[in-house]
Amino acid sequence: MTGVEDLLRECAPQVLGAVVRRYGDFDRCEDAVQEALLAAAQQWPADGVPDSPKNWLITVAARRRIELLRSENARRRREESVSHDPEPEVRPDDELTLLLLCCHPALTPVSQVALTLRAVGGLTTAEIARALLVPEATVGQRISRAKQRIRDTGARFTMPPAAERAERLTAVRQVLYLIFNEGYTASSGARLHRVELTTEAIRLARQLHALLPGDGEAAGLLALMLLTDARRPARTTTEGALVPLAEQDRTLWDAAAITEGVALITATLASAPVGPFQLQAAIAAVHGEAACAELTDWPQILQLYGLLRVLDPSPMVTLNRIVAVAMADGPSGALAELAVAEMDPALTGHHRVAAVRAHLLDMAGDADGAREQYRLAARLTLSIPEQQYLTSRAARLSG
Amino acid sequence: MKYVILIQSNERSLAVWETMTDQQRMDLGRGHMELNEEMQKAGVHVSSEGLADPSLAKYVSVRDGKTITSDGPYAEAKEHLAGFYLIDCETQDEAIAWAAKVPDAANTEVEVRPVLDMSGWDI
Repeated sequence: MTGVEDLLRECAPQVLGAVVRRYGDFDRCEDAVQEALLAAAQQWPADGVPDSPKNWLITVAARRRIELLRSENARRRREESVSHDPEPEVRPDDELTLLLLCCHPALTPVSQVALTLRAVGGLTTAEIARALLVPEATVGQRISRAKQRIRDTGARFTMPPAAERAERLTAVRQVLYLIFNEGYTASSGARLHRVELTTEAIRLARQLHALLPGDGEAAGLLALMLLTDARRPARTTTEGALVPLAEQDRTLWDAAAITEGVALITATLASAPVGPFQLQAAIAAVHGEAACAELTDWPQILQLYGLLRVLDPSPMVTLNRIVAVAMADGPSGALAELAVAEMDPALTGHHRVAAVRAHLLDMAGDADGAREQYRLAARLTLSIPEQQYLTSRAARLSG
Repeated sequence: MKYVILIQSNERSLAVWETMTDQQRMDLGRGHMELNEEMQKAGVHVSSEGLADPSLAKYVSVRDGKTITSDGPYAEAKEHLAGFYLIDCETQDEAIAWAAKVPDAANTEVEVRPVLDMSGWDI
């Protein structure tokens, strides 16, 4: 990212916040700010950055909003008085209000993601489309539908009442985590564009943490992203093949990100009520602190998964905990737990059950059983790198 | 999640086609156009195409670095791909709901298949 792009993305939510607070019509203001950002991206590199970039953007967006309004009302010839309007101004909690509005519970997750990336992240529709691997027109539709929905529900650009805020913040954190995963789980293909999504998610999580330093889960989310992203350079080969955690070259991990993530989660666990993102960050921190796979503190990881299972149970937590059981206490107990876990309809026939079982049988020395389960998992997965990994595991056991 | 909805042409679908009036055939075509538009408006549409008659197909193979094209040998195949929709939606249930709107589903059946992606989780 260039300096101008950095600056524009930083300004985007503040400018939109100022304009929408002043005029109220979120839909039109968002379009106007997007156009002001595009104008700046073209003009500033050539003409130089103005003395007050935010005021420049606010002025251009406000003018553009009037033009949009006029063209909509052209037939009725209704003029809007412009000259007496006070200039919109930037206020500190605008960014949070904006995040809460973009992650409004009436929107579907895909709409929340697209709208947040554009309105808060300052990305263009084309950039979002490239990152999400869908056509630009499709993303455009998702954004306009999201704005339509916001209009229909009568949601306004105001801070939700205190009683609602906790729930609404949960949605914000979830959306940022979705954006992060969308980028992080992409191991190749359009990797370059998608890595930008993890960077963007971390940037937004940093903002959220800065806006709400006392929110333990916001801190936990940022720590989790930092600690997970730190492993990115080691998790794929140059050809895009997946490298399992145990075989990763840990010298490739981003030591600075690990240090920051560990410090953040340690401080947060000591001061805030514990939550699911903090526990996941704590697990990532245990991995991050192990100099080699053999030195991983599996009993501690097992304990953390035990807490996570109580606090925020999910099929994936169940499976990850079973892997931790095997690593801490050996595969036989873990295999028995897996047989029980599989009864959960969410896990029946899931490729990851077969992948975990393959891994456990492999540990137990049952090569035939493991091979068969690796092959089964390879058939059921929807991910090409995972399929390659599972197939090569099965092949390694043949012979 | 991307899903492809596949529409096959086979003896059964041809038999239905033979019994249709001109109006019904027009309606089928319009149904596809309307579905396309509905998918676009819903923000799930990635691409969709109807395919030309298999008699226009060329079969391509490469042997010893040489490209060989031929008209067959599969021209007599009883079933061929007639068209597809590629959509991006959140769940398989949602994909199934879109497939149910494909006009051909009312005559024979359409197939919904998940598309492989390049994602990968930590293992």
